[in-house]
Amino acid sequence: MSKHTLSVLVENKPGVLARIAALFSRRGFNIDSLSVGPTEYPSVSRMTVVVDVEDSPLEQVTKQLNKLVNVIKIVELEPTASVQRELLLLKVRTDNETRPHILQTVELFRAKVIDVATDAVTIEATGSTDKLEALLRVLEPYGIRELVQSGVVAVGRGARSITDRTLRPLERLDRTA
Amino acid sequence: MVQGHSDDAETMTGAASLIRSLERAGVDTVFGIPGGAILPAYDPMFDSQQIRHILVRHEQGAGHAAEGYALATGRVGVCMATSGPGATNLVTPIADAHMDSVPMVAVTGQVASAAIGTDAFQEADIRGITMPITKHNYLVTDPAEIPRVVAEAFHIASTGRPGPVLVDVAKDAMQAQTTFAWPDTLDMPGYHPTTKPHGKQIREAARLITSAKRPVLYVGGGVLRAQAWPELRQLAELSGLPVVTTLTARGAFPDSHPQHLGMPGMHGTVAAVTSLQKSDLIVALGARFDDRVTGKLSSFAPGATIIHADIDPAEISKNRVADVPIVGDCKEVLSELIVAIQAEHAADRQGDYAGWWTQLNQWLDRYPLGYATSDGGELAPQYVIERLGRIVGPDAVYVGGVGQHQMWASQFISYEHPGTWLNSGGLGTMGFAVPAAMGAQVGKPDSTVWAIDGDGCFQMTNQELATCAIEGIPIKVAVINNASLGMVRQWQTLFYNERYSNTDLHSQRIPDFAKLAEAYGCVGLRCDKADDVDATIEKAMSVDDRPVVVDFGVHRDAMVWPMVAAGTSNDEIQIAKGMAPDWDRED
Repeated sequence: MSKHTLSVLVENKPGVLARIAALFSRRGFNIDSLSVGPTEYPSVSRMTVVVDVEDSPLEQVTKQLNKLVNVIKIVELEPTASVQRELLLLKVRTDNETRPHILQTVELFRAKVIDVATDAVTIEATGSTDKLEALLRVLEPYGIRELVQSGVVAVGRGARSITDRTLRPLERLDRTA
Repeated sequence: MVQGHSDDAETMTGAASLIRSLERAGVDTVFGIPGGAILPAYDPMFDSQQIRHILVRHEQGAGHAAEGYALATGRVGVCMATSGPGATNLVTPIADAHMDSVPMVAVTGQVASAAIGTDAFQEADIRGITMPITKHNYLVTDPAEIPRVVAEAFHIASTGRPGPVLVDVAKDAMQAQTTFAWPDTLDMPGYHPTTKPHGKQIREAARLITSAKRPVLYVGGGVLRAQAWPELRQLAELSGLPVVTTLTARGAFPDSHPQHLGMPGMHGTVAAVTSLQKSDLIVALGARFDDRVTGKLSSFAPGATIIHADIDPAEISKNRVADVPIVGDCKEVLSELIVAIQAEHAADRQGDYAGWWTQLNQWLDRYPLGYATSDGGELAPQYVIERLGRIVGPDAVYVGGVGQHQMWASQFISYEHPGTWLNSGGLGTMGFAVPAAMGAQVGKPDSTVWAIDGDGCFQMTNQELATCAIEGIPIKVAVINNASLGMVRQWQTLFYNERYSNTDLHSQRIPDFAKLAEAYGCVGLRCDKADDVDATIEKAMSVDDRPVVVDFGVHRDAMVWPMVAAGTSNDEIQIAKGMAPDWDRED
């Protein structure tokens, strides 16, 4: 098995997320992560789906996704040709003795402390899956009280945009013009 | 994007807008049953000059009738039901239409938008339920959206790979005042079916066809959906290739044509099954390498190069990897293939299949379809169906249920024209025949329509005989009554040591089908002797003012042959119990 990152442009309509999630489950594929959000076009949402499959079932699931009437475009983003990020919020147990070590780790990983209490700090970190896993390994010994993580979002490197050709006829947001 | 409208906007209720939209979509027939949530739509429908509403007895009947109408006419079939149980009763026909790519629009009422999600009376999330079994579906809560949604639904149902579309309309959206404005253009950025094939792939296919030694045209239901039968015949005759037609493609190529080898698959002819198995080139046209055709996939046609043409890109290389994938509408694919083959011929590249045809003709001669008569002199079901096809002729429409009788009807009736054999292929829905025959008869009022049903199937949906009798829809039904769930019983005979667990329906005793038919206002006939078969069929044919049901009491141990047991290789085809064809025999 290997991980694949799919960027899926969909019409921003009710039920689209359910259609996509149900399609993966019906065709027997596990989703590693899925994130949904707006794009520079108000009528279009973008989903980033990470799946763990071989190439030929991936082709089948991509074709099945393309058949959904609300799916506009699907692009597979290769790891080397794209930037992929996820967000981690993490609550770590601290006391006066461990706090400096934790803060140093936060600095090293270019993460941020976003909340402090006498016996815990809450840390925000963004990065690739590998980086966040490394951060977790270092902080684990101090005691992780709570952890929440977003799905991967990804964008291709360089000037080209996957929305360029397909979505040109649609109205864009003013701020991105 | 602002959409254009051809009509001046007109004020009316959402319900009136719905009916007007159906009229604008060209609907002439709706099969349905009213109920609380859909009630507003039935009021303006009462006044429609264009739409004939046929009040069925069960929503499943409405759905299959819409399918039968669509399959017989090529137009979109329409069914209508209320919320909750009305809508869930449509689930089976919707799934059936999805599996067999039948163009259908199902309109359902939904509880008022404020009540959605509250577990209100007769509330069911039919949009959620039908997501995996529709091509697309809608929930409409804003009455202004009704015309656009209806226009999109008919467009989606009838273009690309056809299929069912469900439109669920909240009751308050139908009651509210709105403006009706029919859209001139549709804006669906994610829906662009590819119909025109790639020229390079077509030329490659033509080159492979003329250089192959053992090619076969594997024709599926897509050829019928694309109305590509004239092109198919032209291509077959131009190239000289043998043709097999799948269960959903019967009639796409005349059975009497010398290049036709019959149906492939689990109960296909020896010639059709074996030709695919031994071929060096399979040209799949609107077919999907279904497990009932391929048998054990890993051993299917091991030496064949695959050209696969389909309008749905997801079908290509789904089961069997295609060497030459062609995405396109079968009519366009075949037209372009004809030109490309002509170019091959002009360049003096003719296919030489003489040796192949010698082999194929041997299989055809040696292993024709046949059946054994019973020792006890009971009526053979195959004989009934064979005589029916012979007497009624190739211009009638035959509609099958699911099971042994369906296979025999596919095998022993000679289909010469497209749209004359309608059945449930992919889903295998028992109970399809009577309501689908009703829909076909409504779509083709001047044709003779025969349902060929089993006694098990018939008892699932025969309530629509009441609809047929009252609405003046004179279908004819041949019940092939072996008093059991015949196909299941056949598997028990072959694979479960003749332990007939729960397959005996006792239906030669209860119910009395002839009396049941009479009770429904139909003519009821009975026949259980070979000598009476012809006269009984003639008598049924002489009735034209009401439906006829003929109860044919037949031998229950008759089995469908040939057979490739489920999960085994097509090489293991048996022509009778324990009998394989004799491949090594030299003539």
